[in-house]
Amino acid sequence: MAERGIQGDPRSTVAVDERIAIRLVDVEKSFAGQKVLDRVNLAVPEGRTTVIIGASGQGKSVILKHMLGLVRPERGNVLVFGQDIAKLSKKELRKVRTHFGVLFQNVALFDSMTVYDNVALPLRERTEASEGEIRTNVEEKLAMMDLVGANDKYPAQLSGGMQKRVGLARALALDPKVVFFDEPTTGLDAKRSNELYRLFYRTQRQLGYTAVIVSHDVPKIFKLSDYVTLLADRVIQGCMPPEEFQRSQHPVIRAFVETTMGTIYSSEREEMNHDE
Amino acid sequence: MGLFLAACLASVVRPPYKLAPIVRQIHFIGARSSFVILFTGAFTGMVLGLQGYYTLRKFGSEGLLGSAVAVSLIRELGPVLTALMVIGRAGSAICAEIGIMRNSEQIDALECMAIDPFKYLLAPKFVASVISMPLLTFIFDVVGILGGMVVGVVLLGVNQGAYLQGMYGSVVWEDIEMGIVKSLVFGLLVVWIASAKGFFLHLDRSGGFGAEGVSRVTTSAVVLSSVTILVWDYLISAIML
Repeated sequence: MAERGIQGDPRSTVAVDERIAIRLVDVEKSFAGQKVLDRVNLAVPEGRTTVIIGASGQGKSVILKHMLGLVRPERGNVLVFGQDIAKLSKKELRKVRTHFGVLFQNVALFDSMTVYDNVALPLRERTEASEGEIRTNVEEKLAMMDLVGANDKYPAQLSGGMQKRVGLARALALDPKVVFFDEPTTGLDAKRSNELYRLFYRTQRQLGYTAVIVSHDVPKIFKLSDYVTLLADRVIQGCMPPEEFQRSQHPVIRAFVETTMGTIYSSEREEMNHDE
Repeated sequence: MGLFLAACLASVVRPPYKLAPIVRQIHFIGARSSFVILFTGAFTGMVLGLQGYYTLRKFGSEGLLGSAVAVSLIRELGPVLTALMVIGRAGSAICAEIGIMRNSEQIDALECMAIDPFKYLLAPKFVASVISMPLLTFIFDVVGILGGMVVGVVLLGVNQGAYLQGMYGSVVWEDIEMGIVKSLVFGLLVVWIASAKGFFLHLDRSGGFGAEGVSRVTTSAVVLSSVTILVWDYLISAIML
Protein backbone atom coordinates (compact mmCIF):
# COMPACT_ATOMS: atom_id res chain seq x y z
CA MET A 1 0.00 0.00 0.00
CA ALA A 2 1.38 3.37 -0.89
CA GLU A 3 0.97 6.79 0.64
CA ARG A 4 0.15 8.94 -2.36
CA GLY A 5 1.60 12.35 -1.79
CA ILE A 6 3.95 13.92 0.68
CA GLN A 7 2.26 17.08 1.95
CA GLY A 8 0.00 16.99 -1.05
CA ASP A 9 2.66 16.03 -3.61
CA PRO A 10 1.02 13.42 -5.88
CA ARG A 11 4.34 12.26 -7.34
CA SER A 12 5.50 10.33 -4.29
CA THR A 13 4.78 6.66 -3.72
CA VAL A 14 6.51 5.93 -0.43
CA ALA A 15 4.84 2.97 1.29
CA VAL A 16 2.46 4.09 4.03
CA ASP A 17 3.96 1.85 6.69
CA GLU A 18 7.41 3.38 6.29
CA ARG A 19 8.75 5.49 9.13
CA ILE A 20 10.24 8.66 7.72
CA ALA A 21 13.76 9.63 8.79
CA ILE A 22 14.08 12.84 6.79
CA ARG A 23 11.39 14.95 5.22
CA LEU A 24 11.76 18.02 3.04
CA VAL A 25 8.65 20.17 2.91
CA ASP A 26 8.28 22.90 0.28
CA VAL A 27 11.99 23.66 0.34
CA GLU A 28 13.11 26.59 -1.79
CA LYS A 29 16.68 27.73 -2.41
CA SER A 30 18.37 30.18 -4.77
CA PHE A 31 22.01 30.94 -5.47
CA ALA A 32 22.97 34.32 -6.92
CA GLY A 33 19.34 35.05 -7.71
CA GLN A 34 18.87 31.78 -9.58
CA LYS A 35 16.32 29.37 -8.12
CA VAL A 36 17.82 25.88 -7.68
CA LEU A 37 15.07 24.24 -5.64
CA ASP A 38 11.43 25.24 -5.95
CA ARG A 39 8.97 23.77 -3.42
CA VAL A 40 10.86 20.51 -3.11
CA ASN A 41 9.05 17.79 -1.18
CA LEU A 42 10.76 14.54 -0.36
CA ALA A 43 10.49 11.79 2.25
CA VAL A 44 13.39 9.49 3.09
CA PRO A 45 12.13 6.28 4.75
CA GLU A 46 14.03 4.94 7.75
CA GLY A 47 16.32 1.97 7.15
CA ARG A 48 15.90 2.20 3.37
CA THR A 49 18.10 3.32 0.51
CA THR A 50 16.82 6.40 -1.27
CA VAL A 51 18.64 7.41 -4.41
CA ILE A 52 18.42 10.94 -5.79
CA ILE A 53 19.13 11.13 -9.50
CA GLY A 54 18.96 13.86 -12.11
CA ALA A 55 21.05 15.63 -14.68
CA SER A 56 24.18 17.53 -13.61
CA GLY A 57 23.62 20.94 -12.10
CA GLN A 58 20.01 20.25 -11.11
CA GLY A 59 20.70 20.68 -7.39
CA LYS A 60 20.97 17.07 -6.14
CA SER A 61 23.93 17.89 -3.91
CA VAL A 62 22.10 21.00 -2.71
CA ILE A 63 19.32 18.73 -1.43
CA LEU A 64 21.92 16.65 0.38
CA LYS A 65 23.45 19.77 1.91
CA HIS A 66 20.01 20.82 3.16
CA MET A 67 19.58 17.43 4.83
CA LEU A 68 23.00 17.79 6.44
CA GLY A 69 22.25 21.31 7.63
CA LEU A 70 25.18 22.71 5.67
CA VAL A 71 22.77 24.92 3.71
CA ARG A 72 19.61 26.51 5.09
CA PRO A 73 16.48 26.80 2.92
CA GLU A 74 15.03 30.18 2.06
CA ARG A 75 11.56 28.73 2.59
CA GLY A 76 10.21 25.40 3.76
CA ASN A 77 11.27 22.86 6.36
CA VAL A 78 13.90 20.14 6.62
CA LEU A 79 12.73 17.63 9.21
CA VAL A 80 15.24 15.11 10.53
CA PHE A 81 13.61 12.60 12.88
CA GLY A 82 10.83 15.17 13.30
CA GLN A 83 13.10 18.12 14.14
CA ASP A 84 13.23 21.08 11.77
CA ILE A 85 17.00 21.46 11.43
CA ALA A 86 16.65 24.76 9.57
CA LYS A 87 15.52 26.30 12.84
CA LEU A 88 18.09 24.71 15.15
CA SER A 89 21.03 26.50 16.75
CA LYS A 90 24.52 25.32 15.84
CA LYS A 91 24.75 23.34 19.07
CA GLU A 92 21.41 21.62 18.52
CA LEU A 93 22.29 20.94 14.89
CA ARG A 94 25.55 19.32 16.00
CA LYS A 95 23.49 17.02 18.23
CA VAL A 96 21.37 15.93 15.26
CA ARG A 97 24.50 15.36 13.20
CA THR A 98 25.75 12.82 15.73
CA HIS A 99 23.37 10.46 13.90
CA PHE A 100 24.93 11.19 10.50
CA GLY A 101 27.73 9.70 8.45
CA VAL A 102 28.80 11.21 5.14
CA LEU A 103 30.80 9.97 2.18
CA PHE A 104 31.69 13.06 0.18
CA GLN A 105 32.11 13.13 -3.59
CA ASN A 106 35.84 13.87 -3.22
CA VAL A 107 35.96 11.83 0.01
CA ALA A 108 37.26 14.80 2.10
CA LEU A 109 39.70 12.66 4.06
CA PHE A 110 42.06 14.60 6.32
CA ASP A 111 45.15 14.43 4.15
CA SER A 112 47.64 15.09 6.94
CA MET A 113 46.33 12.12 8.94
CA THR A 114 46.84 8.40 8.44
CA VAL A 115 43.99 6.09 7.48
CA TYR A 116 43.77 4.94 11.10
CA ASP A 117 43.57 8.49 12.47
CA ASN A 118 40.97 9.46 9.88
CA VAL A 119 38.65 6.70 11.02
CA ALA A 120 39.50 7.22 14.69
CA LEU A 121 38.84 10.98 14.60
CA PRO A 122 35.06 10.92 15.20
CA LEU A 123 35.54 8.35 17.96
CA ARG A 124 38.21 10.45 19.66
CA GLU A 125 36.28 13.69 19.37
CA ARG A 126 32.76 12.51 20.02
CA THR A 127 33.03 9.66 22.46
CA GLU A 128 34.70 8.98 25.78
CA ALA A 129 36.09 5.68 24.48
CA SER A 130 39.56 4.60 25.57
CA GLU A 131 42.34 4.32 22.98
CA GLY A 132 42.00 0.51 23.21
CA GLU A 133 38.27 0.62 22.44
CA ILE A 134 38.92 3.05 19.61
CA ARG A 135 41.55 0.71 18.14
CA THR A 136 39.13 -2.23 18.26
CA ASN A 137 36.39 -0.21 16.59
CA VAL A 138 38.66 1.27 13.89
CA GLU A 139 40.19 -2.09 13.02
CA GLU A 140 36.75 -3.65 12.81
CA LYS A 141 35.56 -0.94 10.40
CA LEU A 142 38.73 -1.16 8.31
CA ALA A 143 38.39 -4.93 8.11
CA MET A 144 34.76 -4.48 7.04
CA MET A 145 36.07 -2.34 4.16
CA ASP A 146 38.82 -4.82 3.21
CA LEU A 147 41.45 -2.31 4.32
CA VAL A 148 43.50 -4.45 6.69
CA GLY A 149 47.12 -3.30 6.67
CA ALA A 150 46.39 0.22 5.44
CA ASN A 151 46.39 1.77 8.94
CA ASP A 152 49.59 3.77 8.58
CA LYS A 153 49.12 4.93 5.02
CA TYR A 154 48.19 8.51 4.16
CA PRO A 155 45.26 9.28 1.81
CA ALA A 156 47.66 10.44 -0.94
CA GLN A 157 49.26 6.96 -0.91
CA LEU A 158 45.93 5.24 -1.65
CA SER A 159 44.07 4.58 -4.89
CA GLY A 160 40.76 6.34 -5.51
CA GLY A 161 38.82 3.19 -4.63
CA MET A 162 40.70 2.72 -1.36
CA GLN A 163 40.15 6.36 -0.44
CA LYS A 164 36.41 5.89 -0.91
CA ARG A 165 36.50 2.82 1.30
CA VAL A 166 38.36 4.75 4.01
CA GLY A 167 35.73 7.47 3.65
CA LEU A 168 33.00 4.88 4.12
CA ALA A 169 34.78 3.38 7.15
CA ARG A 170 34.99 6.88 8.67
CA ALA A 171 31.32 7.56 7.88
CA LEU A 172 30.35 4.33 9.65
CA ALA A 173 32.73 4.73 12.59
CA LEU A 174 30.00 5.74 15.02
CA ASP A 175 27.30 3.43 13.65
CA PRO A 176 25.17 6.34 12.39
CA LYS A 177 21.43 6.15 11.78
CA VAL A 178 21.68 7.94 8.41
CA VAL A 179 24.53 7.79 5.91
CA PHE A 180 24.73 10.23 3.00
CA PHE A 181 26.60 9.42 -0.19
CA ASP A 182 27.39 12.23 -2.62
CA GLU A 183 28.26 10.71 -6.00
CA PRO A 184 30.09 7.81 -4.32
CA THR A 185 31.50 6.26 -7.48
CA THR A 186 32.69 9.42 -9.23
CA GLY A 187 36.17 8.84 -10.64
CA LEU A 188 36.09 5.06 -10.11
CA ASP A 189 36.23 2.46 -12.85
CA ALA A 190 33.49 -0.17 -13.16
CA LYS A 191 35.35 -2.74 -11.03
CA ARG A 192 36.05 -0.31 -8.18
CA SER A 193 32.47 1.01 -8.38
CA ASN A 194 31.14 -2.52 -8.02
CA GLU A 195 33.43 -3.12 -5.05
CA LEU A 196 32.13 0.00 -3.35
CA TYR A 197 28.52 -0.95 -4.07
CA ARG A 198 29.14 -4.43 -2.65
CA LEU A 199 30.57 -2.92 0.55
CA PHE A 200 27.71 -0.46 0.76
CA TYR A 201 25.14 -3.23 0.30
CA ARG A 202 26.82 -5.44 2.91
CA THR A 203 27.16 -2.70 5.54
CA GLN A 204 23.66 -1.34 4.94
CA ARG A 205 22.14 -4.78 5.48
CA GLN A 206 24.42 -5.43 8.46
CA LEU A 207 24.00 -2.09 10.24
CA GLY A 208 20.53 -1.18 8.99
CA TYR A 209 21.22 2.50 8.45
CA THR A 210 19.12 4.82 6.32
CA ALA A 211 21.02 5.64 3.13
CA VAL A 212 20.62 8.70 0.93
CA ILE A 213 22.62 8.44 -2.27
CA VAL A 214 23.09 11.16 -4.86
CA SER A 215 24.21 9.41 -8.01
CA HIS A 216 24.60 9.57 -11.76
CA ASP A 217 25.20 5.86 -12.05
CA VAL A 218 21.94 4.90 -13.77
CA PRO A 219 20.75 2.14 -14.10
CA LYS A 220 23.33 0.35 -11.88
CA ILE A 221 22.31 2.32 -8.80
CA PHE A 222 18.71 1.12 -9.18
CA LYS A 223 19.77 -2.34 -8.01
CA LEU A 224 20.79 -0.93 -4.63
CA SER A 225 17.86 1.39 -4.12
CA ASP A 226 14.55 0.96 -2.36
CA TYR A 227 13.32 4.30 -3.67
CA VAL A 228 14.44 6.37 -6.65
CA THR A 229 13.88 10.13 -6.68
CA LEU A 230 14.23 12.24 -9.79
CA LEU A 231 15.10 15.92 -9.44
CA ALA A 232 14.50 17.90 -12.60
CA ASP A 233 13.42 21.45 -13.35
CA ARG A 234 14.02 22.42 -9.71
CA VAL A 235 11.37 20.03 -8.33
CA ILE A 236 11.10 16.38 -7.33
CA GLN A 237 9.43 14.70 -10.29
CA GLY A 238 8.81 11.46 -8.45
CA CYS A 239 9.94 9.23 -5.59
CA MET A 240 9.13 5.53 -6.01
CA PRO A 241 10.59 2.02 -6.04
CA PRO A 242 13.00 1.46 -8.95
CA GLU A 243 10.73 -0.99 -10.84
CA GLU A 244 7.88 1.47 -10.69
CA PHE A 245 10.24 4.30 -11.68
CA GLN A 246 11.32 2.48 -14.84
CA ARG A 247 7.70 1.81 -15.80
CA SER A 248 6.47 5.29 -14.91
CA GLN A 249 4.43 7.14 -17.53
CA HIS A 250 5.21 10.52 -16.00
CA PRO A 251 6.56 12.43 -19.03
CA VAL A 252 9.69 13.83 -17.31
CA ILE A 253 10.55 10.47 -15.72
CA ARG A 254 9.84 8.67 -18.99
CA ALA A 255 12.12 11.07 -20.86
CA PHE A 256 14.87 10.66 -18.24
CA VAL A 257 14.68 6.85 -18.34
CA GLU A 258 14.73 6.79 -22.15
CA THR A 259 17.61 9.25 -22.36
CA THR A 260 19.88 7.68 -19.75
CA MET A 261 19.11 4.00 -20.16
CA GLY A 262 18.57 4.25 -23.91
CA THR A 263 21.99 5.78 -24.31
CA ILE A 264 23.57 3.02 -22.29
CA TYR A 265 21.89 0.29 -24.31
CA SER A 266 22.75 1.88 -27.65
CA SER A 267 26.38 2.42 -26.65
CA GLU A 268 26.61 -1.21 -25.51
CA ARG A 269 25.16 -2.30 -28.86
CA GLU A 270 27.69 -0.14 -30.71
CA GLU A 271 30.51 -1.72 -28.72
CA MET A 272 29.20 -5.22 -29.52
CA ASN A 273 28.94 -4.40 -33.22
CA HIS A 274 32.44 -3.00 -33.10
CA ASP A 275 33.76 -6.21 -31.44
CA GLU A 276 32.09 -8.35 -34.07
CA MET B 1 35.67 38.84 10.86
CA GLY B 2 34.54 40.13 14.25
CA LEU B 3 32.05 37.32 14.73
CA PHE B 4 34.69 34.84 13.62
CA LEU B 5 37.10 36.17 16.28
CA ALA B 6 34.36 36.00 18.92
CA ALA B 7 33.56 32.39 17.93
CA CYS B 8 37.26 31.45 18.09
CA LEU B 9 37.77 33.05 21.50
CA ALA B 10 34.59 31.40 22.80
CA SER B 11 35.85 28.03 21.58
CA VAL B 12 39.15 28.61 23.43
CA VAL B 13 37.41 28.99 26.79
CA ARG B 14 34.77 26.30 26.19
CA PRO B 15 35.58 22.80 27.51
CA PRO B 16 36.85 20.20 26.84
CA TYR B 17 40.45 21.35 27.08
CA LYS B 18 42.97 19.21 25.23
CA LEU B 19 46.66 19.90 25.73
CA ALA B 20 48.13 17.77 22.93
CA PRO B 21 46.79 19.82 19.97
CA ILE B 22 48.00 23.04 21.64
CA VAL B 23 51.47 21.58 22.20
CA ARG B 24 51.57 20.47 18.54
CA GLN B 25 50.67 23.99 17.41
CA ILE B 26 53.22 25.61 19.76
CA HIS B 27 55.78 23.32 18.15
CA PHE B 28 54.66 24.41 14.69
CA ILE B 29 54.19 28.15 15.29
CA GLY B 30 56.80 28.61 18.02
CA ALA B 31 59.56 26.01 18.02
CA ARG B 32 59.81 25.73 14.26
CA SER B 33 59.99 29.51 13.90
CA SER B 34 62.85 29.79 16.40
CA PHE B 35 65.67 29.44 13.86
CA VAL B 36 64.41 32.23 11.64
CA ILE B 37 63.85 34.37 14.74
CA LEU B 38 67.41 33.69 15.99
CA PHE B 39 68.81 34.58 12.58
CA THR B 40 66.71 37.73 12.11
CA GLY B 41 67.24 38.85 15.70
CA ALA B 42 71.01 38.47 15.48
CA PHE B 43 71.34 40.44 12.25
CA THR B 44 68.88 43.13 13.33
CA GLY B 45 70.89 43.65 16.53
CA MET B 46 74.16 43.72 14.55
CA VAL B 47 72.84 46.32 12.10
CA LEU B 48 71.50 48.41 14.97
CA GLY B 49 74.91 48.17 16.65
CA LEU B 50 76.68 49.24 13.47
CA GLN B 51 74.36 52.12 12.55
CA GLY B 52 73.97 53.22 16.16
CA TYR B 53 77.72 53.32 16.71
CA TYR B 54 78.44 55.61 13.75
CA THR B 55 75.52 57.89 14.61
CA LEU B 56 76.36 58.12 18.31
CA ARG B 57 80.08 58.63 17.59
CA LYS B 58 79.24 61.95 15.92
CA PHE B 59 78.01 63.16 19.31
CA GLY B 60 80.70 61.36 21.31
CA SER B 61 78.07 59.14 22.91
CA GLU B 62 79.23 55.65 21.91
CA GLY B 63 78.61 54.57 25.48
CA LEU B 64 74.87 54.86 24.87
CA LEU B 65 74.98 52.15 22.20
CA GLY B 66 73.69 49.44 24.58
CA SER B 67 70.79 51.64 25.57
CA ALA B 68 69.89 52.49 21.95
CA VAL B 69 70.00 48.86 20.80
CA ALA B 70 68.08 47.45 23.77
CA VAL B 71 65.30 50.06 23.85
CA SER B 72 64.78 49.91 20.07
CA LEU B 73 64.55 46.15 20.16
CA ILE B 74 62.41 45.72 23.26
CA ARG B 75 59.86 48.41 22.45
CA GLU B 76 59.59 48.29 18.69
CA LEU B 77 61.72 46.09 16.50
CA GLY B 78 61.51 42.91 18.56
CA PRO B 79 57.70 42.55 18.58
CA VAL B 80 57.22 43.92 15.05
CA LEU B 81 59.92 41.93 13.27
CA THR B 82 59.04 38.76 15.19
CA ALA B 83 55.40 39.15 14.13
CA LEU B 84 56.41 39.75 10.51
CA MET B 85 58.62 36.65 10.53
CA VAL B 86 55.84 34.56 12.11
CA ILE B 87 53.40 35.84 9.48
CA GLY B 88 55.76 34.72 6.71
CA ARG B 89 56.50 31.34 8.23
CA ALA B 90 53.46 30.24 10.21
CA GLY B 91 50.66 32.68 9.30
CA SER B 92 50.86 31.85 5.61
CA ALA B 93 50.95 28.13 6.43
CA ILE B 94 47.90 28.39 8.72
CA CYS B 95 45.95 30.25 6.04
CA ALA B 96 46.91 27.79 3.30
CA GLU B 97 46.18 24.75 5.50
CA ILE B 98 42.72 25.97 6.48
CA GLY B 99 42.02 27.16 2.93
CA ILE B 100 42.86 23.76 1.49
CA MET B 101 40.70 22.11 4.14
CA ARG B 102 37.85 24.39 3.14
CA ASN B 103 38.40 23.72 -0.56
CA SER B 104 38.51 19.96 -0.18
CA GLU B 105 35.40 19.87 2.06
CA GLN B 106 37.42 18.75 5.09
CA ILE B 107 35.81 21.50 7.19
CA ASP B 108 32.37 20.41 5.98
CA ALA B 109 33.36 16.85 6.91
CA LEU B 110 34.17 18.01 10.45
CA GLU B 111 30.78 19.76 10.67
CA CYS B 112 29.02 16.64 9.41
CA MET B 113 30.81 14.52 12.01
CA ALA B 114 29.41 16.91 14.64
CA ILE B 115 32.94 18.11 15.41
CA ASP B 116 33.14 21.86 16.00
CA PRO B 117 35.82 23.16 13.59
CA PHE B 118 36.37 26.19 15.82
CA LYS B 119 37.15 24.03 18.83
CA TYR B 120 39.01 21.29 16.98
CA LEU B 121 40.87 23.26 14.33
CA LEU B 122 41.17 26.90 15.34
CA ALA B 123 41.26 27.09 19.15
CA PRO B 124 44.65 25.30 19.46
CA LYS B 125 46.15 27.66 16.86
CA PHE B 126 44.87 30.74 18.71
CA VAL B 127 46.24 29.57 22.08
CA ALA B 128 49.55 28.52 20.55
CA SER B 129 50.04 31.80 18.68
CA VAL B 130 49.33 33.94 21.74
CA ILE B 131 51.75 31.83 23.81
CA SER B 132 54.45 31.58 21.15
CA MET B 133 54.66 35.19 20.04
CA PRO B 134 55.93 36.65 23.38
CA LEU B 135 58.42 33.79 23.73
CA LEU B 136 59.75 34.31 20.21
CA THR B 137 59.92 38.07 20.84
CA PHE B 138 61.94 37.42 23.99
CA ILE B 139 64.38 35.29 21.99
CA PHE B 140 64.57 37.96 19.28
CA ASP B 141 65.31 40.71 21.84
CA VAL B 142 68.00 38.73 23.68
CA VAL B 143 69.75 37.60 20.51
CA GLY B 144 69.46 41.11 19.03
CA ILE B 145 71.05 42.71 22.12
CA LEU B 146 73.86 40.14 21.96
CA GLY B 147 74.28 40.80 18.21
CA GLY B 148 74.54 44.52 18.89
CA MET B 149 77.09 43.83 21.60
CA VAL B 150 79.21 41.65 19.31
CA VAL B 151 79.39 44.42 16.71
CA GLY B 152 79.74 47.30 19.18
CA VAL B 153 82.08 45.75 21.72
CA VAL B 154 84.04 43.13 19.77
CA LEU B 155 84.29 44.75 16.33
CA LEU B 156 84.05 48.48 17.03
CA GLY B 157 85.70 48.67 20.43
CA VAL B 158 82.91 50.08 22.61
CA ASN B 159 83.54 49.41 26.27
CA GLN B 160 81.63 46.31 27.38
CA GLY B 161 80.78 47.78 30.77
CA ALA B 162 79.45 50.94 29.14
CA TYR B 163 77.33 48.90 26.71
CA LEU B 164 75.78 46.80 29.47
CA GLN B 165 75.45 49.66 31.94
CA GLY B 166 73.78 51.84 29.30
CA MET B 167 71.30 49.05 28.68
CA TYR B 168 70.56 48.40 32.37
CA GLY B 169 70.20 52.11 33.04
CA SER B 170 67.77 52.90 30.28
CA VAL B 171 65.50 49.87 29.98
CA VAL B 172 62.63 50.20 32.45
CA TRP B 173 59.67 47.94 33.20
CA GLU B 174 57.36 50.06 30.98
CA ASP B 175 59.54 49.18 27.96
CA ILE B 176 59.28 45.48 28.68
CA GLU B 177 55.56 45.80 29.37
CA MET B 178 55.05 47.49 26.00
CA GLY B 179 56.96 44.70 24.27
CA ILE B 180 54.85 42.05 26.00
CA VAL B 181 51.54 43.78 25.21
CA LYS B 182 52.53 44.21 21.58
CA SER B 183 53.62 40.61 21.16
CA LEU B 184 50.40 39.30 22.73
CA VAL B 185 48.25 41.52 20.51
CA PHE B 186 50.31 40.64 17.42
CA GLY B 187 50.01 36.93 18.24
CA LEU B 188 46.24 37.28 18.25
CA LEU B 189 46.12 39.43 15.11
CA VAL B 190 48.32 37.07 13.07
CA VAL B 191 46.34 33.92 13.85
CA TRP B 192 43.01 35.74 13.54
CA ILE B 193 43.66 37.12 10.05
CA ALA B 194 45.39 33.98 8.74
CA SER B 195 42.65 31.65 10.02
CA ALA B 196 39.76 33.83 8.90
CA LYS B 197 41.14 34.26 5.38
CA GLY B 198 41.49 30.49 4.97
CA PHE B 199 38.21 29.66 6.71
CA PHE B 200 36.16 31.98 4.49
CA LEU B 201 37.92 31.03 1.27
CA HIS B 202 34.63 29.81 -0.21
CA LEU B 203 33.02 33.22 0.32
CA ASP B 204 35.82 35.08 -1.47
CA ARG B 205 34.43 36.08 -4.85
CA SER B 206 37.37 38.15 -6.09
CA GLY B 207 39.01 35.47 -8.19
CA GLY B 208 39.45 31.79 -8.96
CA PHE B 209 38.81 28.83 -6.71
CA GLY B 210 40.96 25.76 -6.10
CA ALA B 211 44.71 26.19 -5.89
CA GLU B 212 44.49 29.72 -7.25
CA GLY B 213 41.99 30.63 -4.56
CA VAL B 214 44.28 29.28 -1.82
CA SER B 215 47.22 31.18 -3.26
CA ARG B 216 45.19 34.39 -3.43
CA VAL B 217 43.85 34.26 0.12
CA THR B 218 47.29 33.34 1.47
CA THR B 219 48.87 36.35 -0.22
CA SER B 220 46.03 38.50 1.01
CA ALA B 221 46.43 37.15 4.56
CA VAL B 222 50.17 37.91 4.59
CA VAL B 223 49.71 41.44 3.24
CA LEU B 224 46.77 42.26 5.50
CA SER B 225 48.48 40.81 8.61
CA SER B 226 51.69 42.74 7.92
CA VAL B 227 49.90 46.05 7.43
CA THR B 228 47.69 45.44 10.46
CA ILE B 229 50.74 44.73 12.61
CA LEU B 230 52.31 48.04 11.61
CA VAL B 231 49.10 49.97 12.28
CA TRP B 232 48.58 48.32 15.66
CA ASP B 233 52.23 48.88 16.55
CA TYR B 234 51.67 52.60 16.14
CA LEU B 235 48.36 52.51 18.05
CA ILE B 236 49.78 50.59 21.01
CA SER B 237 52.86 52.85 21.14
CA ALA B 238 50.64 55.94 21.05
CA ILE B 239 48.42 54.58 23.83
CA MET B 240 51.20 53.32 26.10
CA LEU B 241 53.74 56.13 25.73
